[in-house]
Amino acid sequence: MEPVTPILEFNKTCVSYTKQTMAVKYVSAAIDRNSITAIMGPSGCGKSTLLRAVNLMHSLYPNIRVDGEILLNGENILSMEPIDVRRRVGMVFQRPAPFPTMSIYDNVLSGYALNGIRLSKTEKDETVERCLKSVALWDEVKDVLNKKGTFLSGGQQQRLCIARALAMKPDILLMDEPTSALDPIATAHIEELMQELQKEVTILIVTHNMGQAMRISSKSMFMYLGELVEYGDTAMMFSNPSDERTRAYLTGKMG
Amino acid sequence: MSDKLYKILLFAAALIMPIVCGGVLYALVTDAYDAFEHFGFFKFLTSSEWSYTEGAEQYGALPFITGTLMTTMLALLFCIPFSLPVALFVGEYFKGTRVASVLSTVTDLLAGIPSIIYGLWGFYTLRPLIMALDISPQGSGILTASLVLAIMIVPYAASLSAEFIKMVPNDLKEGAYSLGATRAEVIRRVVFPVAGSGIFSSYVLAIGRALGETMTVTMLIGNTNNIPDSITSTGNSMASIIANQFGEADDLRLSSLIAIGLILFLITAFINMIGKIMIKRARIA
Repeated sequence: MEPVTPILEFNKTCVSYTKQTMAVKYVSAAIDRNSITAIMGPSGCGKSTLLRAVNLMHSLYPNIRVDGEILLNGENILSMEPIDVRRRVGMVFQRPAPFPTMSIYDNVLSGYALNGIRLSKTEKDETVERCLKSVALWDEVKDVLNKKGTFLSGGQQQRLCIARALAMKPDILLMDEPTSALDPIATAHIEELMQELQKEVTILIVTHNMGQAMRISSKSMFMYLGELVEYGDTAMMFSNPSDERTRAYLTGKMG
Repeated sequence: MSDKLYKILLFAAALIMPIVCGGVLYALVTDAYDAFEHFGFFKFLTSSEWSYTEGAEQYGALPFITGTLMTTMLALLFCIPFSLPVALFVGEYFKGTRVASVLSTVTDLLAGIPSIIYGLWGFYTLRPLIMALDISPQGSGILTASLVLAIMIVPYAASLSAEFIKMVPNDLKEGAYSLGATRAEVIRRVVFPVAGSGIFSSYVLAIGRALGETMTVTMLIGNTNNIPDSITSTGNSMASIIANQFGEADDLRLSSLIAIGLILFLITAFINMIGKIMIKRARIA
C-alpha cells in the first residue's frame, strides 16, 4: 500500500519574534485528514503562533521569522505565495469579527470579493445558502440576509465567520480559540458544528479549554514553552499522558 | 471654602467662551442689519452687483459666495490625491514605524506655516508658472488660489484621516488577509469602508478651514467683483472681499461687508458642526 501524504505536516517548524527568543521550537507533527486536532497549552506556549504560521499570518509582520517546513499536501507553504496558501487554509479568530460594512450575504462571499473573483447571481445564492446551512445559521438569518452581520449575537457572528472561511472551500480550517469569547450555549453550538464539519474539512483548533479538546478532538498536541511536548490520541493523552508536564497541565497543577 | 472659590473661578472662565461667541454673532447681526434691510436678505444673497457709485449703490454677495465655493471645492479636489496617500502611508502601510512618525511630523509642520508665507510662494513662484504655462494671462485667479489652498489643507485632512485609518481593528484586517486578500484589496474593501465616515469627516473639517482662509486667497485670487466664469478667471472670495475693502468702506458698503462676514461665519460654523458630529459618530462606531 502506498503511504498516504498527511494533509498538513510540521517539520522542525520554528517561529521567532526576535533573534534571541523562539516562540515555537522545532515542532514536528503530521495532521490527519478530516479530523479535529486540538492544540493545548498554557498562555504564551506558542500554540496560537504555530497555528497562525500555517496561514502565513506572520508575513504581515516583518519582524517574525518562520524556519523549518510546513507541508500542505506535501508542498512547503513557506515557499509559496501567502495569498495562494490563505485561499486553501481558512482561519477563524478568537473574537468574531464579521466585516461591519457588509451585509450577512456579502460577508459570506467576502473571500470572493476580496480576491476579485466574480460569481454569477445563482452561484452566489448557492454559496451563501450552502455555507450558512453548514454552520447551522441559515434558518436563523435567511430572512435578514441584507442586514449587517454585526447585528447578530456573538455566537451567530462567529458562525458567520466560519461560513465566510468555508465559502473559499479550504483544505484546512484553523481555529484560534474560536469559543473563548462566547457563552456556553453558543460554545456548544460551535462544537457540535465542528463535529459535522470535519467530514468536509480538516480542523486544527487552539483551545484553552481542556474539556473542549476532550469533547471534540481525535488527536491533541500539548505545547509548553514553545515545544511540542506530547502529540497523540486525545483519549489516550487525557487518561494516560506520557510526559510529566502534560500530566501537570491536565490535572490543573500547571496552567 | 477654597474649593468653592475655585469652582466659581473655573465656571467664570468657562463662561467666557460662550459669551465671546454670542458677542461676535450679535455684533455681526447688528452691523449687517442695514445691508439686509436695504437690499432684502434673499436679494442680497442672490445679487451679483457690487457697485459703490454714490446714490446708486448696489451690493450683493453672490460673486463672493461663488468665489468661495469654487476655491474651496477645487482645493478639496486637489487636496484628496495628496492627503489620502499620506494618510494611508502613516496610518496603514508604515503604521508605527519611524518613517511614518517623521512623515506625520513634517505634515503637521506644514499646518503651522503662516498663510502669508504660502501666499508669497503662490505669488512669486506659482503665479509666474501659471503665466508661463499659458493657463491664464494674469496668473492670479481661482485656480492659483485653489492650488495653494489645497497645499494648506493637506496636513489637516491627512493627519485626521490617518487617525481613522489607524483605528480600523486588526481583527478585521487579519480576517480579510486570512481569506487570501492582497494588501490593496484589504485597503479597498475593508480599511476604506470601515474608516470611510471618519475620512469623510476629515475632509469636511478641511473644507471648514479652506472656507475662511483669507490671506493666501486675497493675495492670489485676483480681486475682481464679478462671478468667475471659469476656473482660470479672477474673482474674490467672501473673506478676500472683506480683507480688500474693509479699510475704505463705510455705511452701507461696510454693512454689506459685515453681512458677507456673517454669512461666512454661519456657513463655516455649519460645516464645522457637521464635521464634528460625523467624527463623533465615526469614533463611536
